[in-house]
Amino acid sequence: MTVLHSAPKIASNEGVVETLSAALGSMLVAAREEHGEVVLTVVRDQAENALRLLRDHHEYQQLMEMAGVDYPSRPERFEVVYMLLSITKNHRLLVKVNAAENTPVPTVTTLWHNAGWLEREVFDMYGVIFAGNRDLRRILTDYGFEGHPFRKDFPLTGHIELRYSEEDKRVVYEPVQLAQDLRQFDFMSPWEGAEYVLPGDEKAEGEKA
Amino acid sequence: MSMQLEQSPTTGDEVITNYTINFGPQHPAAHGVLRMVMELDGEIIERIDPHVGLLHRGTEKLIEHKTYLQALPYFDRLDYCSPLGMEHSYVLAIEKLLNLEVPLRAQYLRVLFAELTRICNHMMNMGSHIMDIGAMTPNLWLFEVREDCLNFFERASGARMHSAWFRPGGVHQDVPLKLLTDIADWLDTRLPELFEDALSLVIDNRIFKQRNVDIAVVSKEDALAWGFSGPMIRATGIPWDIRKSQPYDVYDRMDFEVPVGTASDCYDRFMVRAEEVRQSAKIMKQCLAQMPEGPIMTTDRKVGPPKRGEMKQSMESLIHHFKLYTEGFHVPAGEVYVATESPKGEFGVYLVSDGSNKPYRCKIRPTAFSHLQAMDFMSKGHMLPDATAILGAMDIVFGECDR
Repeated sequence: MTVLHSAPKIASNEGVVETLSAALGSMLVAAREEHGEVVLTVVRDQAENALRLLRDHHEYQQLMEMAGVDYPSRPERFEVVYMLLSITKNHRLLVKVNAAENTPVPTVTTLWHNAGWLEREVFDMYGVIFAGNRDLRRILTDYGFEGHPFRKDFPLTGHIELRYSEEDKRVVYEPVQLAQDLRQFDFMSPWEGAEYVLPGDEKAEGEKA
Repeated sequence: MSMQLEQSPTTGDEVITNYTINFGPQHPAAHGVLRMVMELDGEIIERIDPHVGLLHRGTEKLIEHKTYLQALPYFDRLDYCSPLGMEHSYVLAIEKLLNLEVPLRAQYLRVLFAELTRICNHMMNMGSHIMDIGAMTPNLWLFEVREDCLNFFERASGARMHSAWFRPGGVHQDVPLKLLTDIADWLDTRLPELFEDALSLVIDNRIFKQRNVDIAVVSKEDALAWGFSGPMIRATGIPWDIRKSQPYDVYDRMDFEVPVGTASDCYDRFMVRAEEVRQSAKIMKQCLAQMPEGPIMTTDRKVGPPKRGEMKQSMESLIHHFKLYTEGFHVPAGEVYVATESPKGEFGVYLVSDGSNKPYRCKIRPTAFSHLQAMDFMSKGHMLPDATAILGAMDIVFGECDR
């Protein structure tokens, strides 16, 4: 596919998938190249070893970012994505592991110092546990927050709201009360979009049954 | 180094050990809502635990509930000192997924205004860094340059700060010729005069140097392990600039230098930014000289909206317009990580699309996150007042750090 966009041009991906697949061997689950990105999925328990190999033997010196992604329909619903950068090869790499709520991912704080906060963020937002991270506190949410807000089943409006109470002269926490339901408009075309439940439709369904 | 204070009439036989103070969350030198729990031994910093997230607004979650175009203005509100730098990564990420060609004039306009943003951001940062050290005047002088930049943004987009001007496929509106000539004049006259004047007050100033030279020295290895980017990594001597090594838009046509530091201290970080301002001006001049005439938005009507005049004539344009501003465009399923050189460092967007009109996941890589994390090891052993210098030289904005 010819490249038409003007996004950052990294060094060529040619042969990278083959080389790294061979190097990772049994640690690798899947490797693909799509939209100009090399994406490697590795075995969860081997994540640290795989990343160590990439850092020490394939010149991916920097861990720029870690992202959690939630796919509720999968048996292991979370994906943890490591974005690696090689400043000598001028190349970027996405490395993924799959995880569930009760399957810890080995920490990479042993490889990169900045992984500490990145892991804390994924833990805070998704509840993925990182085994070996000695400081796995919440980071972005409020002190005493409950739940993991970026999960797909966490409502956009949240559960708790706070306001300044004139009577108590302090900030008070209360359950969220909406004067009107949060409106989500779906502008997809009628034959692709969401299936709406119209009140009264169930009667017609009932007659059929 | 605990102190015995037996003679003191007030402390009795108490032995003073390390004590802990809160720096922030409402501290003028914290550049926003940062709370740092500091463990001090006298005035020496033993440990810093930065508490971030006080400005967390759940931007990434909100973006999942908006169409691609509706999500764009959130990016202005991340790093509110360099809004267009934030938009740049996002629009490039969408264009990469769509594999969409952007007209040449739009690419030049983006680079021009991205560099203007860099100047604008550095004015803010350098000014407040100097003020954190204790000098008032340079900040006021640099803000005059910043004010000029904001006026240019207003003339291009209608908004001083939250422009929402970069769009997937190009830019929102073309700029008038007078604006370009005014920018050219400003680059030749006002910018060098005001900027060099303000800098001449500090760069050889004894107090400024005493507060910055040899403060928070970071080795190249540490900079890599802590995920540094931007001026912070360049100050260590690593010539890493995404504009140079992974050029996007028309940066590959630009001729500019990447300044690097030698000592990797706070003074170097400041001076790297100072030189970047001059290089940005150089890039902007080249943009103005080379910019061709032509469209500023892609002609792919499934992404770029039609012109108002076209809509009065053509039913199809009207339908396209309606669909684009209600349903929005669909982005092919897939995932990309696109990082650009924002004024503060590498600003990345990890965009996951499921093929619908809304992002499935949009992870934002803030520059401040990894820099602030290094605050603890950078300040260890330094004096309490050095913390503000270190923080100032990091260039942190909480809109972006906390998202």
